[in-house]
Amino acid sequence: MKALIKELVEAFGPSGYEEQVAELIRAKAQAVADDIRTDNLGNLIVLKKGTGGGKRVMISAHMDEIGLIVSYIDKKGFARFNPVGGLPISTMTGARVRFANGTVGVIYNEKDGWAGPGSLADCYIDTGATCPEDSPVQIGDVACINRPMEELGPRLTSKAMDDRIGCAVALQALLELPASPNDVYFVFSVQEEVGCRGAMVAAFGIEPDVAVAVDVTSWGDTPQAKPMAIELGKGPAIKVKDGGMLAHSGVKRWMVASAEAAGVPYQLEVLIGGTTDAYTIQTARAGVPTGCLSVPTRYVHSPSEVVDYNDVLNATRLMVQMLANPISW
Amino acid sequence: MLLKTLSEARGVSGNEAAIREILLPAVEPFIDEHRVDALGNLICLRKARRERVAGGSERVLVAAHMDEIGLIITDINSDGSLRYAKVGGIDDRTLLSKQVLVGEKAVPGVIGFRPIHLIGRGGLEKKADISQTVVDIGASSKESAARLVQVGDYVTFRTGFEVLAEDGLRCAKGKAFDDRVGCAVLVEALQGDYAFDLYAVFTTQEEVGLRGARVAGYRINPDIAIALEGTVCDDLPKEKDADVTPVTQLGHGPAVSYRDSSVICDKNLVRLITETAAAEGIPWQYRRSAVGGTDAGALHLVREGVRAAVISVPCRYIHAPVSMVSLNDFDNAVRLVKAVLTHLEGGLEA
Repeated sequence: MKALIKELVEAFGPSGYEEQVAELIRAKAQAVADDIRTDNLGNLIVLKKGTGGGKRVMISAHMDEIGLIVSYIDKKGFARFNPVGGLPISTMTGARVRFANGTVGVIYNEKDGWAGPGSLADCYIDTGATCPEDSPVQIGDVACINRPMEELGPRLTSKAMDDRIGCAVALQALLELPASPNDVYFVFSVQEEVGCRGAMVAAFGIEPDVAVAVDVTSWGDTPQAKPMAIELGKGPAIKVKDGGMLAHSGVKRWMVASAEAAGVPYQLEVLIGGTTDAYTIQTARAGVPTGCLSVPTRYVHSPSEVVDYNDVLNATRLMVQMLANPISW
Repeated sequence: MLLKTLSEARGVSGNEAAIREILLPAVEPFIDEHRVDALGNLICLRKARRERVAGGSERVLVAAHMDEIGLIITDINSDGSLRYAKVGGIDDRTLLSKQVLVGEKAVPGVIGFRPIHLIGRGGLEKKADISQTVVDIGASSKESAARLVQVGDYVTFRTGFEVLAEDGLRCAKGKAFDDRVGCAVLVEALQGDYAFDLYAVFTTQEEVGLRGARVAGYRINPDIAIALEGTVCDDLPKEKDADVTPVTQLGHGPAVSYRDSSVICDKNLVRLITETAAAEGIPWQYRRSAVGGTDAGALHLVREGVRAAVISVPCRYIHAPVSMVSLNDFDNAVRLVKAVLTHLEGGLEA
């Protein structure tokens, strides 16, 4: 599964510009899917039909990653930019970015220093241009952080683990899923990082009986981490609540029972800030019982997010177990 | 001039009836149906005037919001002065020493401020504290004020529309250009013949959270949505010699958004708009900021999602008692919107 993860995390796909990721997933899902479609906002919706009598399930993993968009090229050719999603100022100095056309740029922050980190307005992208006419990028062009995946012992690090690791888990579960009574809609969603927008409209269209988002969550196992009962390598997390949603208690019970049935280690997750696609799915139409399966991830929204490979494999096993059997709680 | 009438009309969020009453007669000759929904949106349908192109758009929604920022009266003090709250995003500093009109009867008043004589050393540098300011309608007691106004009355700025220059950028000043310029552009665009059903929606409550557009979009369920706006223009006042991102510049043409805080615009729709502008020789500029929301933010999320974009007229000094537009930008926005609608007849690349 590492090759699949590498391909997904290294792909280009800031919010609103997820096509390259969608193409990758579509090509791999095609063989086992009963239907694949792309909706008005760009969500890739893959249906795996059941044998009948089961539930209509929506799984949502977001394809988009945080990034930036060029707003201005100044007289000396430096590109100014706006963030796309939560782009931390602390990671800007020296960061490298890549545009859809392959152009690479270096970010520098002239206010980064003793007086504090400055703001994104102090940062620019140096693409090597010396004037606007030379610039290989234009206003409105979008870039993502440029970092390849590397292995750190049992762990993996890369940009965009948030949430390509969720895409990898959902896609692998789709590929491994045996015949089941449930109609499962695997949604590879867009625009999560700017407000869980893709999942909102996908849920309206699918009108699921039950939904589960697959996303990264935060961590509590580094030297000065904010207290949180989540550690890397202790298994996937079953969400109880986060900053945007309270998991449906029945869905949570179903997830816990599935983990126990499959012998998968798990952790219960209470996340103080942040949320996932589950937030907007839960209130679609007349409401959807919704939960979230999380992969514990360090340094979320930095250029080097870290996950534990065993947690990823266990998240996949748990998802297969959840979907392969009649669903009740 | 419709823009003058619209600019001087009074319609703070939640109280847009006066704007509807101007717009309906203005559009009635061009529309086949209209309705006013529960939130006060004025929804106008101009049916297709030509046969639909295979694969072309069926229903296109173009929205402009009727509401403007303003104030609402929250209490009448015993001395006859009026306490107020802001409706929509207003910089406190712009409220000081302004003339206003209160309620249905348009009672004149002022928001007074402590004179310079009484402000101590250093006081001028402090940010204005508006918490002690009131709307003063000249009443001497609670009873006499209550004969003229009541709690819940809306307050608008008392700003006349005026064309300041007939040449050059043809600048005009007035209030509420956000978004009466959009309303006026939409009235013009409604007069074209298109091969799809055009829903012109004059929305309510945009300034307090894109509320009208959300429910209107749900009812219409369009293929494509375009929001027409008045938007930030920061070419004046500007920092000396700063070579950083301007949001828009007056006179550089209508602004096309790639994104704002509420929406990432549909890429193919943005491309259709910018290519149409280039092909027709219409000046245009990008709106180069991620800040601020528009009706497109609500419209692109209705039902199963709608492909959406925003076209704006730059407004200097926006969200203040007086702002300024270029009538050249206005005319070019009308040309651009009509040309874009014509190009949409063939549909939009998936």
